[in-house]
Amino acid sequence: MLVLLGILVVVVGFALRLNPMLVVTVAGLVTGFLGGMTLIQVLNAFGTGFAGSRSVSIFLLVLPVIGLVEHFGLQQQARRLVSRLARLSTGGILAGYLLLRQVLAAIGLMSIGGHAQTVRPLVAPMAEAAAVRKYGPLPDAVSQRIRAFAASTDNIGAFFGEDIFVAVGAVLLITSFVDTTYGYTLVPLQVALWAIPTAIVALLIHGTRSLLVDRSLRREMARVQPQTEVAR
Amino acid sequence: MIQVEWFYWLMGLFWLGVGVLVARDRTNPKRMTSGLFWALLGLCFPYSSFVVAKTAPAWPLGLVIVVIAALAGTGRLARSGSAAEGTEDGDVEGANLDRDADRSDRGRGGSSGSGGSGGSNVALAPVRSREALAEKFGNKLFIPVLAIPVITALCAIAGPYVIIGGRPLLQKGSETVIGLAAAGIIAIIISMVVFKLRSPVLALTEGRRLTEDLGWALVLPQLLSVLGLVFATAGVGKAIGSTVSAVLPNGSLLPAVILYCVGMAVFTVIMGNAFAAFPVLTAAIGYPVLVAAMGGNPAAVFAIGMLSGYCGTLCTPMAANFNIVPVALLELKSNYAVIKAQLPTAIPLLVANIVIMYVVAF
Repeated sequence: MLVLLGILVVVVGFALRLNPMLVVTVAGLVTGFLGGMTLIQVLNAFGTGFAGSRSVSIFLLVLPVIGLVEHFGLQQQARRLVSRLARLSTGGILAGYLLLRQVLAAIGLMSIGGHAQTVRPLVAPMAEAAAVRKYGPLPDAVSQRIRAFAASTDNIGAFFGEDIFVAVGAVLLITSFVDTTYGYTLVPLQVALWAIPTAIVALLIHGTRSLLVDRSLRREMARVQPQTEVAR
Repeated sequence: MIQVEWFYWLMGLFWLGVGVLVARDRTNPKRMTSGLFWALLGLCFPYSSFVVAKTAPAWPLGLVIVVIAALAGTGRLARSGSAAEGTEDGDVEGANLDRDADRSDRGRGGSSGSGGSGGSNVALAPVRSREALAEKFGNKLFIPVLAIPVITALCAIAGPYVIIGGRPLLQKGSETVIGLAAAGIIAIIISMVVFKLRSPVLALTEGRRLTEDLGWALVLPQLLSVLGLVFATAGVGKAIGSTVSAVLPNGSLLPAVILYCVGMAVFTVIMGNAFAAFPVLTAAIGYPVLVAAMGGNPAAVFAIGMLSGYCGTLCTPMAANFNIVPVALLELKSNYAVIKAQLPTAIPLLVANIVIMYVVAF
């Protein structure tokens, strides 16, 4: 039972925001020693584990080309794509961005979107502007909610899109962990395929909620400015 | 036939090169220790080939891993300095926030949330000119990038059937990994055609920029994988397994599925990182109970387990890069505004994951 202290080290270390490299290494050493392994045995396990899990890091071979295409304006082009959503309603912009983010992440384009890259400069202002166009100035609480929702579409699109791409850290972590530890030969493509059902459900749930933002906006604005006809 | 080891040696060589360049780069405040980090990492890759082939002992490699982790863990790794002062991506005011945010909370971990793309250290074309380039190349920019998944999938699916001289062209069992590595290289050639470049040097410079932006976060997934092996060797799975089997009614599938998925989400909420929760929960429940005892399909169990962890990422302030940084970037009043917007999606999605795993994996 003592070996479980290693898990405690991981949980507490991450919760305290200590450097993850340090936390993981110390947890490994602690677990090994408590499990009755000698120093050489622990180091052997570290070495064998590292050698056997090099496939996790293979995605780094893709970095040069991504950097190269970024050099030629990949992010600018992505922003141009996103800005085409501008003529939609607030809910339409949010749902459209969710879909775009998820599809791009699924083909391995993660860093093209993000809170700094697209949400702050584009998605949030566009979603707000669409509401202002329809209802005039927004109460602060409403505009805060729209902006927070814009951030949520980025997270959900990215999280539940990227695992469909075989080369992403998560998929390779799963395969190499399982292969090294339990002696399987899992195919990354299969792991990636099993991410698709959840991706679809995520798109359905959050997409519907995005579109419903229009309705709650209408209701809220009708309450705030009851004297004017806003339902249209 | 094409061996996966070739590509590991290539990566090792690349990092060794990065290490030398960093060590000689006077704009890097910690150039010696940073250079050492990359160079050692570079050496680990080819040495690992001999460990896998059992022609070299594993413990020296383990020792170097501990040294690498200690270098990074004690803050001796820095990115090369202010070389790009004039070419910073100034059009996104908030970008720096994203970069400064503690790297440890890279939510689901490693590869993905490379917030660093907002600003760079090694020169990137100025924003104005990149704007013009985007105008010029338009959607052609996506061609090299789209080639990556296409080539990877092609190798993974068709690779095993390509046999030359009685031997498979791609090393058996590593088709996807080889496909991905090859795709990264072929895509460089494709971009040289699209952008009319004569040499791949720019790709290497840009690769170095992104590598340094990621920093130690790039080794973390592999280190977590190592932790998984140590857990298994030291008997963590057995220890938890006996506790779990005392709690779980014998042979009941649904409670075990719920325990794994909810456990992934809860551990991720506490640690802020699904990658870290994965080895723990998989050693405890995922493998021994769901796969070994109940015969679940491992690919489905582990993929959906990881995605359950992501549901936890959506709910936790510990994943600051995703949930707290945007609060600052978007000037929101409540620290929990983004999490509040995500909760009504995260909870039904976790339930959906449980249902999907129960239905498809068994």
